[in-house]
Amino acid sequence: MNRFLTIVLKEIKDNFRDRRTMLSALVFGPLFGPVIFAGVISLTLNQATGKAQKPLPLAIVGAEYAPSLMTYLGQQDTEIELLEVDAETAIGLVREGEKEMVLLIDAGYGESWEAATPARVSLVLDGSDQSTSRQARRARGYINGWSQQVGAMRLIARGIDPNVARAINIDEIDTSTPSGRAGLVLGVLSYFLLFSMLAGGMYLAIDTTAGERERGSLEPLLTLPVTRTALLLGKLAATCFFMSLSLAIALVALAAALGYVPLQRLGMSVEFGPTQVVTAFLFMVPFTLIGASLMTVVASFTKSFKEAQSYVTFAMLAPTLPIMVAAVMNLKSTAAWMAVPSMSQHLLMLDLIKGEPLNATFVAISVGSTLGLGVLFAAIAVFFYRREKLLM
Amino acid sequence: MIEVRNIAKSFGKVKAVSDVSFSAPDGRITGLLGPNGAGKSTTLRVLYTAIQPDQGSASVDGIDVSRDPLEVRRRLGALPHGAGLYNQLTARENIAYFAAMHGVDKSERSDRVQRMIDLLEIHDFADRRTKGFSQGQKIKVALARALVHGPRNVILDEPTNGLDVMATRSLRHIIRKLREDGCCVLFSSHVMQEVAALCDEIVIVANGRVSMAGTTDAIRQKTGCDDLEDAFVRAIGRTEDAA
Repeated sequence: MNRFLTIVLKEIKDNFRDRRTMLSALVFGPLFGPVIFAGVISLTLNQATGKAQKPLPLAIVGAEYAPSLMTYLGQQDTEIELLEVDAETAIGLVREGEKEMVLLIDAGYGESWEAATPARVSLVLDGSDQSTSRQARRARGYINGWSQQVGAMRLIARGIDPNVARAINIDEIDTSTPSGRAGLVLGVLSYFLLFSMLAGGMYLAIDTTAGERERGSLEPLLTLPVTRTALLLGKLAATCFFMSLSLAIALVALAAALGYVPLQRLGMSVEFGPTQVVTAFLFMVPFTLIGASLMTVVASFTKSFKEAQSYVTFAMLAPTLPIMVAAVMNLKSTAAWMAVPSMSQHLLMLDLIKGEPLNATFVAISVGSTLGLGVLFAAIAVFFYRREKLLM
Repeated sequence: MIEVRNIAKSFGKVKAVSDVSFSAPDGRITGLLGPNGAGKSTTLRVLYTAIQPDQGSASVDGIDVSRDPLEVRRRLGALPHGAGLYNQLTARENIAYFAAMHGVDKSERSDRVQRMIDLLEIHDFADRRTKGFSQGQKIKVALARALVHGPRNVILDEPTNGLDVMATRSLRHIIRKLREDGCCVLFSSHVMQEVAALCDEIVIVANGRVSMAGTTDAIRQKTGCDDLEDAFVRAIGRTEDAA
């Protein structure tokens, strides 16, 4: 036990002194993920909500045919621009991208209006542009509003209750909690966290096998009166320590970064305070054993540090597979899925972010299955470390 | 006391050692001499229990390397080929790490480490990180590391490789000191002069077999060559003819 601790402490000290490694393991890895993530999310949110706030720019051809509609639109949140061109030219302007959207009012508008038949207007736009589609929806909303208002008045004038024309009234009841909607966006985060965790231990996992052999320090180490099993377990423990450290930093960074994301603008709230950080850490930390062992096994097959680096980077993608499956199939937490490591952490993370209470049984299954697979992987790593070929 | 009896070891199809036997007594310096690829390192690796022999047996102080490798390692100080250190640790920390791993008690650990630093005269760079050390400095630290637990048997694999004249001289000095203390010293080299200058007993290895063994004088007599280099060439030549 004493020697085990000696190994762990030595590996930790050794790794801490390597400034470049520390920078990538504890700063770049865990910090950049959440920071970039928060940046991208708030940009997207700003785009999505920002345009709704601004008045709708609306270019209109033929405004003189529909004075009452103009008055109504003018009272809405719009910025009207009158164009003195014919319809053909206006369509050309939209096609060339000079105008985002043009409202064409038919010359026969007034006549139809008088006759109480549907008056014609056309909305010219490029529907392949998402943000234009959003603007068009607003424009249509305003015009429909006016149309219904006038229609209702016409019915009243003829002594009919406008509600007669409305057979069904749809009420939408949205059951998603505010945080539930945020969960969709934030689901990617579990991947970020897992990746930071793996990145934190990558250097050490390689260094303890391929690196030590390349440096020539492996053979002297094997002359010590310590079993190879103890040596490898010590190294795995040090790797797990660094992975846990990266995870902790990533979680704290995430909590801080989420404070800068204007999710409340979408009516969402993400509770991610100290309690959530600690909870997430506790159910994610068992994964370090799988990660450390997996990377060590892969690295022990390689001949040099560089070779190990490329293979291990590849192996780091393996845990993302279950997460991708869960995301694509929109899986929810069930006892069965909790038996799949990395997927279970992902699902628990989603629950946590949505502010839903964590199911204790689920957490237990997740921790158990993750540790179980971790022990199996560690045994495989020990098996490879004990081979004579390790030295060659 | 180190004994090797008829060991053989193959790596895949390559037969690294076919049949090597010799013994290295206490209080003597035994040199394992042979050209590159003769099987010297493989033999030493069997002795410090990094690998297991396919056939034959080897023992240190009468303890079989296959049966109780941990006890063998406790009784050995080994300097494998290359002598890699931990770059981020200082020389002193490198030595202390091995002392701790050898189970040297915490109370006397720093004393022991200091004694090694004195013995190998590495005061000037004892507290510097070993990154960027010269080959000579590295070997000295690696040797200090191998000797810190006070082993009675010392195995050195090509320790003078890459050392300059002064460093080689001081290494010889240390090896002689170990002999004076009654240690069993076994070291390998492909440099004949090196072995001639230092060893009491010589074991000449070629093509995975011992082609000749004995004191320097005995080998001169057996080959009929006054010059040890001629004797060496003749000893190797014989086995090459045989193969």
